[in-house]
Amino acid sequence: MNPRATFFTTVALLAASGVLIAVLRFLETGTPFLPGQERSVWQVEARVDLVALGEAVTVSLSVPEELPQFTVTQEQAASPGYGFSIVENGGERRAEWTRREAAGPQSLYYSAQFLPRPRAPAAPPPELPRPESVFWSEVQGTAAAELLARAQETSSDPLSLARELVKLIAAPQGDQNAALLLGQAESRAALLNKLLNDAGVPARQVLALQLEDARRRQDLLPMVEVFAAGEWALIDPQTGTAGVPEDLLLWHRKGRSLIDVSGARQSRVTFSMLRQSVPAETLARAAAGGSAFYKVGLHSLPIEEQGMFRMLLLLPLGAMVVVFMRVIVGVRTAGTFMPILIALAFLQTSLLPGLASFISVVALGLLMRGYLSRLNLLLVARIATLIVLVIFIISALSIVGYQLGYSTGMVITFFPMIIIAWTIERMSILWEEEGVREVLVQGTGSLVVAVAAFALMRWPLVQHLTFNFPELNLVLLAAILAMGQYTGYKLSELRRFHAIEDEWR
Amino acid sequence: MRRWVSPQRLERYGMLGMNARNLAFIQRYNERSRYPLVDDKLRTKLLAEDYGVPTPALRLVLRAQHQVRRAGSRLAALEGFAMKPAKGSGGKGIWVILRRDGEEWLKASGGRVGLADLQRHLSNTLAGLYSLGGNPDAVLVEDLISADDCFSGYSFEGVPDIRVVVFQGYPVMAMVRLSTHDSDGKANLHQGAVGVGLALDSGRCLRAVQFGQPLTLHPDTGRPLNAIKVPGWRELLVLAARCHEMTGLGYLGVDLVLDRQQGPMLLELNARPGLAIQIANGCGLLPRLRRVEALADRRRPGPAERVAWAMEAFADGR
Repeated sequence: MNPRATFFTTVALLAASGVLIAVLRFLETGTPFLPGQERSVWQVEARVDLVALGEAVTVSLSVPEELPQFTVTQEQAASPGYGFSIVENGGERRAEWTRREAAGPQSLYYSAQFLPRPRAPAAPPPELPRPESVFWSEVQGTAAAELLARAQETSSDPLSLARELVKLIAAPQGDQNAALLLGQAESRAALLNKLLNDAGVPARQVLALQLEDARRRQDLLPMVEVFAAGEWALIDPQTGTAGVPEDLLLWHRKGRSLIDVSGARQSRVTFSMLRQSVPAETLARAAAGGSAFYKVGLHSLPIEEQGMFRMLLLLPLGAMVVVFMRVIVGVRTAGTFMPILIALAFLQTSLLPGLASFISVVALGLLMRGYLSRLNLLLVARIATLIVLVIFIISALSIVGYQLGYSTGMVITFFPMIIIAWTIERMSILWEEEGVREVLVQGTGSLVVAVAAFALMRWPLVQHLTFNFPELNLVLLAAILAMGQYTGYKLSELRRFHAIEDEWR
Repeated sequence: MRRWVSPQRLERYGMLGMNARNLAFIQRYNERSRYPLVDDKLRTKLLAEDYGVPTPALRLVLRAQHQVRRAGSRLAALEGFAMKPAKGSGGKGIWVILRRDGEEWLKASGGRVGLADLQRHLSNTLAGLYSLGGNPDAVLVEDLISADDCFSGYSFEGVPDIRVVVFQGYPVMAMVRLSTHDSDGKANLHQGAVGVGLALDSGRCLRAVQFGQPLTLHPDTGRPLNAIKVPGWRELLVLAARCHEMTGLGYLGVDLVLDRQQGPMLLELNARPGLAIQIANGCGLLPRLRRVEALADRRRPGPAERVAWAMEAFADGR
């Protein structure tokens, strides 16, 4: 068998096995090939970091109880060496980890799936809650009384009272009493809670989690619940709006504290979350013990890593686009694989703000580089200077953008700075040696490839397939290998060589 | 006129595309371990000395930053010189200094540079500004070449060089590159230098192109390009063919210059010769490469014999 035939057989086998595994996964787990035929599930993971002191360790973390908006399924804990159980006490649920002896930094994980459901009416609490008694210092007491009097004047029931109080607190420069109390309170939520209880309205402080796809290391937000009309109603202490938004998960509602730790110090709880598209069928099956596919699938990884893999698995596609554009089309780019990194950054920024910020950073960088070239610096020092300047430019753009009301500033930072610095350096040399035209050609080429890769990578179908069927990347690999053997003309050469026609006519 | 050619036609003309060149010729016939011999001009030069291939005389080699400070006085002692990064590509970073003028030097491209400019350029080059991947580099300082009279009036601010593509030791195609005002004294076709295709049997001009368009007169001097005929053509081709034995590379671009006193000299070698030579010659490389591939001569003929074969086989220009 000649080597070429062997090669193409291998390529065909790779592609075929990718498709085959994907079909098997479909048959086994019922994961659909198209996005949208499924329910989205929030996979939330709480991570407790602590430093154990070398003695018996007990960690007790408050976890969500029955929620009106979500069904809780698949609770799991990953913490090697620890005993784990969920303890229920008077409607309060806590996850408890215990270990006889532990020393040094420890990480404990609790994860659960939250399936959104139509809002069910909450069962009335067995006994009516009573307002807690409140202690103020003398000065605080006077200020609180004045504040409450003003709020009560313009309100009629507990909910409107809470709303009026939020308004007063939110404008502290307008109200000295509010400013005084806020300065001494832990948070707005704590102050609101105290004021409401002082006014004789049963209220409690709760901790909620803002659900956003692929977020890592998030903290809980303090909020307040007011008992009104026979049920607890959530008040956002920042805006005063009542009711639970769809993307808010009430993590800690009752009981003493979010976390109790003994035998360790420096404990900290952070949350990661991921929106998954899983058919209800899969949920049921996985809950029942799971198929081999579910276990080998990426869904079995901790959520923090799943979020990264979602990005990582898009890279092969980007790499394929680069190969296609360079080998078949013949686009010239600055830096072979830089377009993929730009495309990844665009995924975070969305296209237009991303393009605008990339072009402005590189253009400003080129201007500054023009001055640097007169400074007579060694190459390494010059590029290091450029990196610092690029960071300055990005910070400046972020601040300006933020002041103008665009939030693009935040996302610029995703651009790989060192790569941008190198790009500026290469482009600047290109400019000096070959002229502006070549800089524009290669710069445009890079952006065209980046936008093409971005368009593919942003396609929901593609995101769904690469993450849920990672084996399809074998097909991409096969395509890349096949293109690596392409010896035909590039599209650009059909133009480059057109002068040859005159000779042969 | 039409701006595009169909791939079928390109194939009929035997044009070699970049993908085919990289895969079917460079990767197949050029051993990776041999690349440093041609990518580093210093090594090429030492190698050429071993094989008795003439090159422009080497005056000075700088390898480290601390040598830059003292380089000024040594350069001042030279009349004219060319500074080249050892690992540069595509003519990047080459400065040609014609003569000293008071405290300054006169560049071939017309500019004047002071000692500080010179030192900065040397320091940049050593730091790897022009080398692939920014690796530390060395600088070669060579004697200037005085172009042969056959090229007088054909070049602007630079010495014409002759590129010969040598495949498995057989010269297969040749051209002269004439720098122009557009190309800023550089001999790269995509920067606007004029490429003059040469008949392989005689060294006579076949046709000339600039920016991919045919032309008959030199754009700066107005001399008719079809009068070009390179003297000592056979010896020049033999010199090019010998570079095959010297480097062991199967697919090789040999850049030669014709010095008034010393005749043909090796300027540099290229393991990935460009494709522009096909346009300058008005014909594709592929049929010629295939003919050489089809040769089944086990005697391993010497350079002179190979040149004789090529001059006859590719005589008609197609």
